[in-house]
Amino acid sequence: MNEATETAAAADPAAGLKEKVVVRDLDFYYGQNRALKKVTLSLYQGKVTAFIGPSGCGKSTLLRVLNRMYDLYPGQRAVGEVLFDGENILDPGLDLNLLRSRVGMVFQKPTPFPMSIYDNIAFGIRLYERLPRSELDDRVESALRRSALWGEVSDKLRANGLSLSGGQQQRLCIARTVAIRPEVILFDEPCSALDPISTAKIEELIDELSGDYTIAIVTHNMQQAARVSQYTAFMYLGEMVEFDQTGAVFTAPRDRRTQDYVTGRFG
Amino acid sequence: MANLYPGRRRRNVIWTGLAYAATAFGLAWLALILGALLWQGFGGLSLDVFTKVTAPAGMVGGLLNSIVGSVIVTVIGLAIGAPLGILAGTYLAEYGRYTKLATVVRFINDILLSAPSIVVGLFIYQLLVVPAGHFSALAGAVALAVIGAPIMVRTTEDMLNLVPNPLREAASALGMPRSFVIRRVAYRAVRSGIVTGILLAVARMTGETAPLIFTALGNSLFEVDPTQPMSSLPLIIYEFARSPYAEQQKLAWTGALLLTLTVLGLSILARALSAQRGANQS
Repeated sequence: MNEATETAAAADPAAGLKEKVVVRDLDFYYGQNRALKKVTLSLYQGKVTAFIGPSGCGKSTLLRVLNRMYDLYPGQRAVGEVLFDGENILDPGLDLNLLRSRVGMVFQKPTPFPMSIYDNIAFGIRLYERLPRSELDDRVESALRRSALWGEVSDKLRANGLSLSGGQQQRLCIARTVAIRPEVILFDEPCSALDPISTAKIEELIDELSGDYTIAIVTHNMQQAARVSQYTAFMYLGEMVEFDQTGAVFTAPRDRRTQDYVTGRFG
Repeated sequence: MANLYPGRRRRNVIWTGLAYAATAFGLAWLALILGALLWQGFGGLSLDVFTKVTAPAGMVGGLLNSIVGSVIVTVIGLAIGAPLGILAGTYLAEYGRYTKLATVVRFINDILLSAPSIVVGLFIYQLLVVPAGHFSALAGAVALAVIGAPIMVRTTEDMLNLVPNPLREAASALGMPRSFVIRRVAYRAVRSGIVTGILLAVARMTGETAPLIFTALGNSLFEVDPTQPMSSLPLIIYEFARSPYAEQQKLAWTGALLLTLTVLGLSILARALSAQRGANQS
């Protein structure tokens, strides 16, 4: 599905595409340890970009720079430039909470808040907007519909978020993220803790969400990357080895290391 | 294998037997203490105990002013110590988790946890009683707060450390400011744990005697003004137990029974809450 549309547009891949997030020469340090080395890539608006690579290559590290999540921990720092709509988000004066309202994140392990399903979603909305109850209800419902969860929970919105199954909890986290209407959504191995059926549902969800949102997904599952993304970035030992349209990376990789990884020689 | 096994089995039986014996020994003392309290103190329980104030020997009296005094001093002590303890514990677990200052504070807190209570009492005496020129329940409450706060610091920090980082990150990822993440998500997740800490601190504060000797002093009249000296159960037990008069000694036993039942009740409540929390999270 992806490869067909990609070969059609392969003539000029960047035509008509807006660069939503541009990473330029990014270095990242855990203390003295350099985890990212001069990484450069772009996230295009409305497209899904997959970050793949063997364990420890830095793909999650890169993802977490995009919403300055590393800021929560001392000793971690980023050097370089990350432009979000032209504005450098590594600027120390940047309003982090505002950034995170525009760049949402879904984590590997589902993390519903210890409150009801309704409150889980309303929580984020209430942070930014003061809405009358009926409008809040509508927003919660549309977020749940967007995440393909409404049908399963519409009759138990007061139930605790932790009472859902793993796949449902993860969709709840996705609903929570889209409820505050971000522009970019970052997925950090969202399916690795889930069963295959939930995984398929979430991949379907990501496909539906793309177009309206700019999405970056870290995955150690290459088939998943091939299924959901239009662009793929292969990373190895902290370096951005290859960044291209998904079809090209998987069928005609330019770098030897990319070829070895996608053919399963290592990883 | 054949020749080592019987010896091992014999030793296993001996050590298991010793473990059971040690448990029985410890429980026996607990039973003896509770038994003695019930035996000596139960007979003295009457409505008078809760309605009359402590009286000089020869007159009919009760423990009303001591009970009320204990409540007042503990409540004020909690009002001072709980916010301090919980907020300090929050600092150690959240804001200052990786800082040098937190390590120092944690160390000092551990020392305060086992500080001799009489030293605390003397310290507050110098600080609050001498400049004011008189003893007061307020000074007693401050002394109790110094005793109780370290417990709440410890419990709050331990509980907050149990909150998984991904949960905090998920809240931050929504753009939530740090204090919101702590108040609305972290506290909510460990609510019953923090309450347990408060209950344990109250149980400790209720039973402390030495700090109150130098601060609240005691009072034979019914008093609710915290700026005045005030009686409390541990103080009156101390006073009446040394008295040569039988009725006062009997009241001391009754007071000791009341105090023990209160502390026991609070501890059981704290236990029940943490068991409930354990069940909810599984």
